[in-house]
Amino acid sequence: MAVAPERPRIYEGSRIPAPIPSILQVPEELRVSEDVLTVNFGPNHPSTHGVLRLVVDLHGEQVVGLEAVIGYLHTGFEKNMEQKTWWKAITYPERIDYVSFQYNELVFVLAIEKLLGIEVPRRATWMRMLLCELTRIHSHLVWLGTAALELGAISMFWYCFRERDRVLDLFELVTGARMHTRYFQAGGLAEDVPPGFFDECAKFVELMPKAIDDYEAMIDRSQIWLERTQGLGLLSAQDAIALGQSGPVLRASGVDWDLRREQPYLAYDQVDFRVPVYQDGDVYSRYRVRMEEMRESVRIVDQALRRMPGGPWITDDRKVVLPPREELHTSMESLIHHFKIVTEGYRVPEGEVYVTVESPRGELGCYVVSDGGPKPWRVKFRAPSFVALEATATCMTDARVADLIAIVGSLDTVMGEVDR
Amino acid sequence: MNFEGVPGLVEAKEAYGETTVVVDAPRLVEAALYLRAALGFDFLSDVAAADYFGWAGKGISGYIATPGGRDLNKPSTQGFQRLPRPKSRRFSVSYHLLAVRSGAPRVRLQVWVNDGEAVPSVVSVWPTADWHEREAWDLFGIRFEGHPNPRRILMEDDWEGHPLRKDYPLGGEPVRFSGEE
Repeated sequence: MAVAPERPRIYEGSRIPAPIPSILQVPEELRVSEDVLTVNFGPNHPSTHGVLRLVVDLHGEQVVGLEAVIGYLHTGFEKNMEQKTWWKAITYPERIDYVSFQYNELVFVLAIEKLLGIEVPRRATWMRMLLCELTRIHSHLVWLGTAALELGAISMFWYCFRERDRVLDLFELVTGARMHTRYFQAGGLAEDVPPGFFDECAKFVELMPKAIDDYEAMIDRSQIWLERTQGLGLLSAQDAIALGQSGPVLRASGVDWDLRREQPYLAYDQVDFRVPVYQDGDVYSRYRVRMEEMRESVRIVDQALRRMPGGPWITDDRKVVLPPREELHTSMESLIHHFKIVTEGYRVPEGEVYVTVESPRGELGCYVVSDGGPKPWRVKFRAPSFVALEATATCMTDARVADLIAIVGSLDTVMGEVDR
Repeated sequence: MNFEGVPGLVEAKEAYGETTVVVDAPRLVEAALYLRAALGFDFLSDVAAADYFGWAGKGISGYIATPGGRDLNKPSTQGFQRLPRPKSRRFSVSYHLLAVRSGAPRVRLQVWVNDGEAVPSVVSVWPTADWHEREAWDLFGIRFEGHPNPRRILMEDDWEGHPLRKDYPLGGEPVRFSGEE
């Protein structure tokens, strides 16, 4: 086995390459030896979860150089949102990360609400939390199914997508759409929860822990899975923080950090859940963190179901929230409000805010600037996938080409969110 | 938390429960090192640039007439025209910092520059700034002095213009029709 020579580091004891933290450069003595093969991995490759291009330099099977090239899915969401009124712009963020759509919607709506300073009814807050945790399960299922598929565990994919479909059925029941639900409005929810949803959701809560047992039985004791994940893609706690990693990647590196617990939003301070932390910082740890997070999410959904408050689902602020449909036939005021909000939109006070939530991929942030008008002046998303890909070079240091897919897959990136 | 010791401090303000520390652009790296070492902001969450070209060019009238907007439904405050407060320069670059410790304190470190002026790179302070700064260069054309790899990241390498600038129109890409030479 060829041993790669010492590389310059960004600081003592770190694995982050220097001088460019996101690029693994071929060492000089290998480059002049001309025994390096450059391989283009992607942009179109089934295991890149979208359109990611990795330029990999190989010395035998050893990866000695790596650069991630992104931007193939750049669609200008942020530019588009500047041209839309606040309430129409809510439709956009969901499409940025198409696997955890509710979170992007939530973080943007929370930013609007922070600028407006409006109170959200308790029922809406709890319902948002419930749906977001279902989305976390959904997102982790998609990750687990595809990551296992890439390593050859094909049956996992079918099992995961079986449960994923049940989550999508629940979304369809409550919002009318399976994905990209646009259910959160500034001020609450678009509609009340339909009858029958809580019963269906309770069935899912009962079924899901058994399904997770099944997954674990299938791969957790599989020697192939263990050998292909353990001790690979190492990332130390210090490097993870320096590289801005968050979510399961950070927790798998031994940092006990979860925004749901550290800066509680929605009603997370009122529910009981555990934050799984693993110390090894390898692919296997990231897998374990996600598996346990699914169990915790089921627990949160269960608590939300039992304690779901009644009452209004959206605030009664007619300058921001559409009036109830039936009032339009009898009330002139309501008709005017409806007309104004639909045509002109509501105005959001001048200012800038940065709101963060813990999405399935980590710290999802939304920076919003308003000039006081009916359209956002600037919207910027802090995409956890974008930041996770920056760590590819560090994780791939001293790895072999066969482990590339396992390592990149374990960062759980969604390319729509990376490129925005 | 006390931000008076931040090198190059212009102002520290509080709005919507968030603290913004504005510093002189040339002294950004000093300020960044101080925030990381002395105040413990070891986690750079995001670097967000914004273009204020055309800001306050026209008045905003409508329901909200107070800067805080807290009296959203107070009848006497509705319908007045007012102007957003003008900005000192065209671009702002905001560094959203987080301290990974209990309480999760956050601060927004901000610098203001005009078109063509450079911002010192903070990649040496927080390595994660690498791609964020490339994105700000790509979409806004803000130059980052000392960045180890100052290339475009989302747009193609030979792209002209910086799409998120306010003077770059939506749909600014010319469309070619068949039969047109």
